[in-house]
Amino acid sequence: MRDVAVIGVGMIKWGERWESSLRDLFVEAALAALDDCGLDRVDALYVGSMSPGLFTGQEHIGALFADYLGLAHLPATRVESACASGGLAFRQAFLEVSSGLSEIVLAAGVEKMTDVDGAEATYVLSTAADQEYESFHGITFPGLYALIARDYMHRYGLTREQLAAVAIKNHAHGSHNPFAQFPRKIDLETVLNSPMVADPLRLMDCSPITDGAAAVVLCPLERARELGKKKPVKVLGSGQASDTMALHHREDFCYFRSTAEAAKRAFEMAKIERERVDFLEVHDCFTIAEICVLESLGFFERGKAGSAAQEGITALDGKLPVNPSGGLKSKGHPVGATGVAQIVELVHQLRGEAGERQVKGAKVGLAQNMGGTGASSVVHILEGC
Amino acid sequence: MFSAKIWRESPQRYRLEAAKCLGCGKVFFPPRLVCLGCRGREFEKRFLPWRGRVLTFTVIHTAPTPFVDMAPYCIAIVEVEEGVRLTCQLVDVDLEAVEIGMEVELEFRRIQSNQSDGVLCYGYKAVPGGGE
Ligand SMILES: [Zn+2]
Repeated sequence: MRDVAVIGVGMIKWGERWESSLRDLFVEAALAALDDCGLDRVDALYVGSMSPGLFTGQEHIGALFADYLGLAHLPATRVESACASGGLAFRQAFLEVSSGLSEIVLAAGVEKMTDVDGAEATYVLSTAADQEYESFHGITFPGLYALIARDYMHRYGLTREQLAAVAIKNHAHGSHNPFAQFPRKIDLETVLNSPMVADPLRLMDCSPITDGAAAVVLCPLERARELGKKKPVKVLGSGQASDTMALHHREDFCYFRSTAEAAKRAFEMAKIERERVDFLEVHDCFTIAEICVLESLGFFERGKAGSAAQEGITALDGKLPVNPSGGLKSKGHPVGATGVAQIVELVHQLRGEAGERQVKGAKVGLAQNMGGTGASSVVHILEGC
Repeated sequence: MFSAKIWRESPQRYRLEAAKCLGCGKVFFPPRLVCLGCRGREFEKRFLPWRGRVLTFTVIHTAPTPFVDMAPYCIAIVEVEEGVRLTCQLVDVDLEAVEIGMEVELEFRRIQSNQSDGVLCYGYKAVPGGGE
């Protein structure tokens, strides 16, 4: 295993991109990442996408994307792990460079979600749950996370306002992110008066439906300065883990075991303690998810992360900034792209080029990307050089 | 093709058939081919009780395609016996009155009509009661 660096990152404007097709979104992000490091070709590409087939009718996107990127003869691989597809694509690219198999690898994530209507998108997303024993009964993803939220509120006394504080905080961060789908601040009233989606979760507790893509370029650390143009960012640790598919099979609904295990593996590889981490990008697909993830990652004790956003601990100027990009809530959640966009944000922060949302003195960042109700998790730790 | 997919699950959905590991006694619903507890592969068939207790619940307002006409509806995770849990709808109930710990009975009900071919799918739903 050799050390690996990220030398190029590409992010595009996320939102309802009616003018852009699935392949357009990918190529736009991939070109941005290549331009960022000044390269025009790579040795292999990985793309994470949850369900291009159900969202657009297109499968076999590895080859399609290599073709439209003008690099038709590359090894091109699609990976899928529901909403963790992007994080997994990054991990596969990392492993391919780390193993010595390839020198320069592109990792991308993409999802084109607005070619179907809202009810259909809800259905497509629900295929990431147990089809026969969860989705069959009419549960949705907001519904599954609502089951978690209800349990957490019951056990730890989490308030409706504390949940809302997560969304308010992430929108405040996202208001400084030009790529975000909803780059604007929101207030408590907005959250509490938004339509109920799955009680107790309201629309403003939920990440939106988004078209988007993101891409990064990886190479061996020792060649990072020769191949790239900007300050390299080192991949310190990578971890991945799974859990039971159905939420009801977990002993504890509020603890994402896959996230805990993936973090343990990433920290073991990185050989650092949690205190060294300056900021986090975590999978806030719903407000309650950010709370449970922070506890599962081991940054907060059980039952203690509920008040973190309300108390300002996880704000940009707090003790442990969480989701400086705006998170999935404000930035948007094109499911397969999310994990790669987290890496893009880590790199922007660690290079010190995050502008108004810059975490001061950021040297080490952690990204946590999760599929389903945490049946899969991918955790990465990156360090600025 | 879809009717085989529905028929295959019917022992679980119609009769709550579960599998009890002969090695360690752990009960699995739906049945599995390998035990999560001891990795044993020998099981005996058993039937779950048609009653249980709500562990957590939600009321779905924004429903997926096959369920749009039913919203709002309650979905709960129900523990039917120690450690054996399932997810299902909780119906014939005042949506404001559902609470954690509530006793429920399971009943055989229509769940949905299949999106692609309109085949009616049946299974278990919870209703209030069973506590007395
Ligand atoms: Zn066993």
